[in-house]
Amino acid sequence: MDCAITVRDLDLYYGTFQALKKVPLDVMRHRITALIGPSGCGKSTLLRTLNRMNDLVPGVRIQGQILLEGRDIYAADMDVCALRKRVGMVFQRPNPFPLSIRDNVTFGLRVAGQTDRDVQDEVVEQSLKGAWLWDQLKDQLNRSALELPMDQQQRLCVARVLAVEPEVILMDEPCSALDPIATARIEELMLDLKTRYTIVIVTHNMQQAARISDYSGYMLLGDMVEFGATSGVFTSPKDKRTQDYVSGRYG
Amino acid sequence: MKMSGEKAVRFGLMLLAFSSLASLLLIAVFILKEGVPFIIHYGVREFLLGLNWQPHKQEYGIYPMIISSLWVTIGAMLIGAPLGIAGAIFLNEFVPRTVMRIIKPTIELLAGIPSVVYGFIGVMVLAPFIRAYMGGPGLSVLAASVILGIMILPTIISISTDAIGAVPNTYREAALSLGATRWQSVYMVTIKAARSGIVASIILAMGRALGETMAVIMVAGNAVRVPHTPLDSVRTLTANIAMEMGQASGMHRQALFATGVILLCVIMLLNGIAISVVRGGVRRK
Ligand SMILES: Nc1ncnc2c1ncn2[C@@H]1O[C@H](COP(=O)(O)OP(=O)(O)OP(=O)(O)O)[C@@H](O)[C@H]1O
Ligand SMILES: [Mg+2]
Repeated sequence: MDCAITVRDLDLYYGTFQALKKVPLDVMRHRITALIGPSGCGKSTLLRTLNRMNDLVPGVRIQGQILLEGRDIYAADMDVCALRKRVGMVFQRPNPFPLSIRDNVTFGLRVAGQTDRDVQDEVVEQSLKGAWLWDQLKDQLNRSALELPMDQQQRLCVARVLAVEPEVILMDEPCSALDPIATARIEELMLDLKTRYTIVIVTHNMQQAARISDYSGYMLLGDMVEFGATSGVFTSPKDKRTQDYVSGRYG
Repeated sequence: MKMSGEKAVRFGLMLLAFSSLASLLLIAVFILKEGVPFIIHYGVREFLLGLNWQPHKQEYGIYPMIISSLWVTIGAMLIGAPLGIAGAIFLNEFVPRTVMRIIKPTIELLAGIPSVVYGFIGVMVLAPFIRAYMGGPGLSVLAASVILGIMILPTIISISTDAIGAVPNTYREAALSLGATRWQSVYMVTIKAARSGIVASIILAMGRALGETMAVIMVAGNAVRVPHTPLDSVRTLTANIAMEMGQASGMHRQALFATGVILLCVIMLLNGIAISVVRGGVRRK
């Protein structure tokens, strides 16, 4: 199969609270997979298990299996830093570092000990091009990233991830802080990125999921209620609850 | 009835606020009034760069004491700043929140220990140790630096911890999600983001070290001379004022006030820098 990530029977507890219940997920290579569902259903939690960002939460407990290209990412011999380089993440609110644009993009390289200026310059150019920022920003690489408008900040965060050359990019509601025009640009960007990367996106916006994703999973209270090709999930959902949600009858 | 009560309270508070302000102002004015004429009369150069402090011969050069103050302060910073910053980082990044809630107030409590106690420990433990293992009189620049370095730890740790704690968690998350180790995220992002607060803590601590008197009198040895090694005995500006003010009169007394003027200037300068660094940091965010 063309699965980049396979999740099987994933249980996750925050202390005694069970946030994920026997969740399955198949993330296809070079496709966009969307996770939808009402607030608090566990979308972010599931996304963050894929690059083990949940490890940072005290008291978190995880059971089940997550395979990245066939290897269990929670195996004892898994190098978490290496994993996170393979599975990058873009957050809900743009969070560029309080550094220059250039230093933001080269962060991953510097973390990996790559200090060669020429290599860095090349990566900066490629990554900013990949995030459609090169033309606007190529002459102001030393400007503070915090001075950029929101949507450029978010695309800089994408560029920062691209610089690490990940296989998978996780995006947790990447457009929720952006206006519709900026949102449209990020969506186009994602469609462009999908030719080279596998993308998993969490979104509250059903139209967004319908527009850009190839596969969708509908979650409710920690359960994966329905998962399949987006067209199927949205037009002929098998589960009554999914039908209510995608038709806007939920809550 | 009620209104007049309100007014009385307001007036009372205002009076208190103004009187504290006024007393501060008075102190400053008094020191300046006693000290500045002396500096002008004796000559700025002779006063600041004169090598001899011999009040009975009308010689009032404070150069050795300026240098001694600098050595002691810099020494204290060399010891206190790295320890304090490391401690602040450790508390923030590697200690659970619950433990931190106990440790931090405890460290801040250290600031309340009277300086004479620190001095006492310096005299009883540190100075003999230095004399025995490193030579010299024991009461020295080194002893004063170590004691002051410990005394300023609470200031540095407390302010730096707040600054580091104020760094948004999203920076940390972003760094870790790019494959950074915990330590890389600390020194590549957190410290840079908290830089202005950390610098402010260092400058404030420097002011404390420079102004500390009691502990320094006890452990620095008080010989008026330009130090050549950290094992030499020295007398700082503050120690000079405190030790001689009791017996001084006339010119001698004015010279001590003039020493105070110099101290006041340096400390105000340091505080000014600290405030502008913090403000600059806020503006950038
Ligand atoms: N660190 C945590 N500690 C305890 N409980 C948590 C933690 N993070 C999330 N939860 C709980 O787990 C559940 C799932 O949270 P999650 O953030 O994954 O939801 P979500 O689907 O992403 O919601 P939203 O759409 O609001 O972002 C929620 O009930 C939430 O309260
Ligand atoms: Mg979420």
